[in-house]
Amino acid sequence: MDGSQPITPETAARHWGLSRRLMLTTLTLWLLGGLGIHVFVEPLNEMVFLGFPLGFFAAAQGSLIIFLILIFWFAHRQNRIDEDCGVAEEE
Amino acid sequence: MRIAEWPKKSELERRMAGRDLTSNLSRIYGVYTVGFAIFVMFLAILEQVGVPDTVIGYLFVFFTIAVYAGIGILSRTMMVSEYYVAGRRIPAFFNGMATAADWISAASFIGMAGTLYALGYDGLAFVLGWTGGYVLVAVLIAPYLRKFGAYTVPDFLGARYGGGFARTIGIFILFCASFTYIVAQVTGTGVIASRFLGIPFEVAVFVGLIGILLCSMLGGMRAVTWTQVAQYIVLIIAYLIPVVLLSAQRTGIPVPQLMYGEVLQDITALEMAHAVPGGYLEGARSHTQPFVHYDPLNFFALAACLMIGTASLPHVLMRYFTTPSVREARKSVAWTLLFVFILYFTAPAYAAFAKLEIYSNVLGTDISTLDAAEHLPEWVFVYGKLNLVHVCGVHPATPQELFEACQAAGVGDIIRFADFAIDDDVVVIATPEIAGLPYVIAGLVAAGGLAAALSTADGLLLAIANALSHDIYYRMIDPKASTQRRLIVARALLIVVAILAAIAAGTQPAGILSMVAWAFSIAASGLFPALIMGVWWKRTTSAGAVMGMIAGTGVCLVYLIVSRYFPEYGVETLGMTTIDGPEVVANNVGWFGVRNISAGLFGIPVAFVVTWLVSLVTPAPSKEMQDFVDAIRVPRGETLA
Repeated sequence: MDGSQPITPETAARHWGLSRRLMLTTLTLWLLGGLGIHVFVEPLNEMVFLGFPLGFFAAAQGSLIIFLILIFWFAHRQNRIDEDCGVAEEE
Repeated sequence: MRIAEWPKKSELERRMAGRDLTSNLSRIYGVYTVGFAIFVMFLAILEQVGVPDTVIGYLFVFFTIAVYAGIGILSRTMMVSEYYVAGRRIPAFFNGMATAADWISAASFIGMAGTLYALGYDGLAFVLGWTGGYVLVAVLIAPYLRKFGAYTVPDFLGARYGGGFARTIGIFILFCASFTYIVAQVTGTGVIASRFLGIPFEVAVFVGLIGILLCSMLGGMRAVTWTQVAQYIVLIIAYLIPVVLLSAQRTGIPVPQLMYGEVLQDITALEMAHAVPGGYLEGARSHTQPFVHYDPLNFFALAACLMIGTASLPHVLMRYFTTPSVREARKSVAWTLLFVFILYFTAPAYAAFAKLEIYSNVLGTDISTLDAAEHLPEWVFVYGKLNLVHVCGVHPATPQELFEACQAAGVGDIIRFADFAIDDDVVVIATPEIAGLPYVIAGLVAAGGLAAALSTADGLLLAIANALSHDIYYRMIDPKASTQRRLIVARALLIVVAILAAIAAGTQPAGILSMVAWAFSIAASGLFPALIMGVWWKRTTSAGAVMGMIAGTGVCLVYLIVSRYFPEYGVETLGMTTIDGPEVVANNVGWFGVRNISAGLFGIPVAFVVTWLVSLVTPAPSKEMQDFVDAIRVPRGETLA
């Protein structure tokens, strides 16, 4: 079907190495932004942001915004990795 | 050179065709959205000219169900790949919308805001858990399952872990998780239909069931996809409008998600002044202060279990099998999160507005005379009549009833915090009345809640029926079955499962909401390690995965069942301790004080460790299997199923 080069083991290994690094980065940010920051809810609640106690805001709105940005960023980066390694689907 | 240009041209044409499809769909759903808006306005006019509320309610429910059924019938198909994966042609954006409808259940639509009202900050564990999981779906699972080209989740387990046994366990877990969940949805449909149409609950369940079957039976995944997109549009409009209008009314700015910060400050001020001994809010717990209802361990455990459960629920994962490519599958998860985000981002605002209304206009108001009691907001009596508001030990339908009950209870001149309670469901459905909006908005909310329940029920029903027809019937019983026969079996099983769910829902099992949380823990403990290790660790062996799935599900089910049904046994034999107070009763025992809604906290690590250890002591997977994993990891190339 596809007229392009077959994927060599070296390409596959490079692609997977980059993908794995992106996975670890994304999940680290996810863990910190989604759960980690809420450990500090009490001191954060002392501060006010847009009228919200900051700790409450972080759980009700902040983490959700982080998830959203993170997931679009991840999709973009992973697609770039696929293209750079020449393993993306031809549409 | 000229020849080499040919494929490029056809590639361009294919891209154009894809774009055409997307722009066509945008046009169709654009017209649909405008049509729905006109329909709502038309009903608003009918209301103004004096058409009774019940008629408006009926028109809302029947018109929307008719539209979903119409889409379902138009999308009927006799092709296997259309039936199971909608021909793998759903663009990322629309699949995101359909998945969001699949995801947002009656519990999220109606119950989430009520939970936040009751639990304050601690309820945000649900908000975090039900959104954050999509990051795991996008990063770890969905694109790889899409590349594999599965029809169902057990399909993947069967291929990766050598056949029948792994597949069967996968089906068992899928069934446990999805069936508890679907019963909750059918119940939700019945509750909404009975509340707004005034028909008996059992009949309402039956009506809802017909609506569900009409959408999914003829067209399978294809029909469900296009109805879910239509249902998402209805449910999100219905969710946003009441609270946007309420915010505009109370704060002057129609952006509740930003404006409720002020509302929180007002609530805190009232709590500071009156939640003191002798004050009318005595006993009320702070709305913004963390860890009052859940300790930090339970808060984080619940959020984590819900996140991991999200990434393991088959009815969600299978939606990403319908995209045209791996790339689109990934983007589609991102769109899904955007569409569910809109709802969860708004839910805390609902809770805050409702709390301020109750703390300032209901509690602490003068009821020393009947005349004074008549000044209470009307919604108290509207929902009192429906047994959803409790004051002084009764469900008041009139100010007189309330006044007499409170006098008899010796409550005195004002309603205090301890005298008043509302059902969780009221927060969303009463908002139109709290804001004094016309009945048509209440009808809109009912239509939205119904859309949420129907769309989730459809997705779950399809997940179960497909696993039975594809994985059991076709893969294990009769691999030579003709296409036609397979689809007939699929439809017959769909009806059987639907009827079973309706029967289970008709008995109104108690504690259905905690059962939903259980479903997440079961799916997470059983499926998550097998799914991600199968992709991310080549060394995972069939024996490892199967043992891991059994151990994870086993630990999770034992923890759930013992803490729910046999608390004494748990304390005496399994070393559990009580959580809140010393009583050894259902749902109040556990290890390290972990509540059973977070049972996955034990099941998930056990499954990982067992899978890992058993894989290390069993021979490495064959060369073919390692190549198979390599092929899944790169987007390019044919699917492998």
